[in-house]
Amino acid sequence: MNYSIEASLRYHSSLPHIYQEMQFFVPEGKITCILGESGCGKSSLLKQIAGIVERANVNHLRVVNDKGREISANNLISYMGQSDLLMPWLSVLDNVLLSFDLKRPFFSKKSHNNSALHEQALYLLKELGVGDIANKHPDQLSGGTRQRVALARTLIQNKPIVLMDEPFSALDAVTRYSLQNLAAAKLKNKTVLLITHDPQEALRLGENVLVFSKKGKNTPLLTRFDLPNSSIPRGINSDFGKWEEKLLKKLGVIR
Amino acid sequence: MILAGKSIFIRCCVMSGFLLSVWEVFTLISGIPSFILPSPSQIFSALTHTYSLLIFHSLVTFSEIVIGLVLGCLIGVLLALNMLLFQFFRYWLLPVVLFSQAIPVFAIAPILVLWLGYGLMSKVMMSAIIIFFPILMTTFDGLRYTSPDYLNLAKTMGANNWQILLRIRLPAALPSFASGLRVAVVIAPIGAVIGEWVGASAGLGYYMLHSNARMQTADMFAALFILATFSILLYYLTDFVLKRFVYWTTESTK
Repeated sequence: MNYSIEASLRYHSSLPHIYQEMQFFVPEGKITCILGESGCGKSSLLKQIAGIVERANVNHLRVVNDKGREISANNLISYMGQSDLLMPWLSVLDNVLLSFDLKRPFFSKKSHNNSALHEQALYLLKELGVGDIANKHPDQLSGGTRQRVALARTLIQNKPIVLMDEPFSALDAVTRYSLQNLAAAKLKNKTVLLITHDPQEALRLGENVLVFSKKGKNTPLLTRFDLPNSSIPRGINSDFGKWEEKLLKKLGVIR
Repeated sequence: MILAGKSIFIRCCVMSGFLLSVWEVFTLISGIPSFILPSPSQIFSALTHTYSLLIFHSLVTFSEIVIGLVLGCLIGVLLALNMLLFQFFRYWLLPVVLFSQAIPVFAIAPILVLWLGYGLMSKVMMSAIIIFFPILMTTFDGLRYTSPDYLNLAKTMGANNWQILLRIRLPAALPSFASGLRVAVVIAPIGAVIGEWVGASAGLGYYMLHSNARMQTADMFAALFILATFSILLYYLTDFVLKRFVYWTTESTK
């Protein structure tokens, strides 16, 4: 099953469209990587789908499912940004449970008094390799650990669609590699839209890779890149190198 | 630094002990008359002889300061919230607020005494008028400069504006509210003392004015000493509470 998405976005009437009537398909239950250079509008696209674009002149989005019915993505998504966005005043556990605590009435108890949720949060943190930090505060943690907590916060919402905006771009190569493996395992059967500027990341995690390309003055297009039929997360070997070369050629980096 | 690692209490004692001995020696050597500059020992004896009177006047001034602080904080925070929530207030309230600060508090003190009487209320209002401004400005800045990424994240989690205000904006604004409060605590006594100078029947400012008229300079200094000690204690108490309450802001000074 596929979602068909059609999107136009322009911030101000005096500016050109970021993209116009751009159409693409997102297969359900798979990881779709959208690859593009900085400033091409890929983050805007993700924000638009997440419903957090403000003050746009043209903000048109249509998400259609297989049966041709238009759906609203607003209640189906969880979002993970470029930076971890952990609230410094909340403990790690409270950060993971933020989506539940936000909607709690003012005087009611915190959601980690709900033991099922509490257990689930602790279990997720443990699965992500950071089981022992639940009571720490974000400023005591390293960048990689913070991103793991942000991943736990995204996963615990248990939404069918997960939007990720360069979630691992700020990490060192080693941490990034292991977090990509973890993410691939934990995001199985979810519809994931992952924005990245890193061809290697797109090849490691993508079950469907779309490339943002702009030819001359035309508005950008998303074109599909044919992938090897191995399963994700793909390991890095000589064969992987060939695919990366192909992808870089498509991006126009090498001839 | 010498003694840099020692507690603030020890540093205060050492520094004031040093200054007081310099002062004592200076008054002894120079033979300056005590109604111009009393020596620390004379001030100390004034403190011990008139302590019951001083306690009474201190309590009056302290309650003016504390009630003024509470009132000023309430006004400041409520106005900041209104300015955040309603464009009308952002546009039309700020000029009025600036006007209230452009007039020196000395100039409106007689009017406030005329309107609110010689009692507690006129001094409380004076303190509140001085205090609400730093609180309003810092709190409003904290509220409006909350990272839009935090707000967007909360939005994708399905939170409404009220929940975002309560759970994201308010805690995010706490560190800058704390800065405002630190300033407010230090300037609060100004309002109370000026109010007492203009017209009062009790309080440390009133006591100082009367001691001055009777050339009892040592009594004046004694009142001043109490006022300064109270202000310093109030500052460190506030700082102590704020550091525990706004624990996520870490100092980068060594």
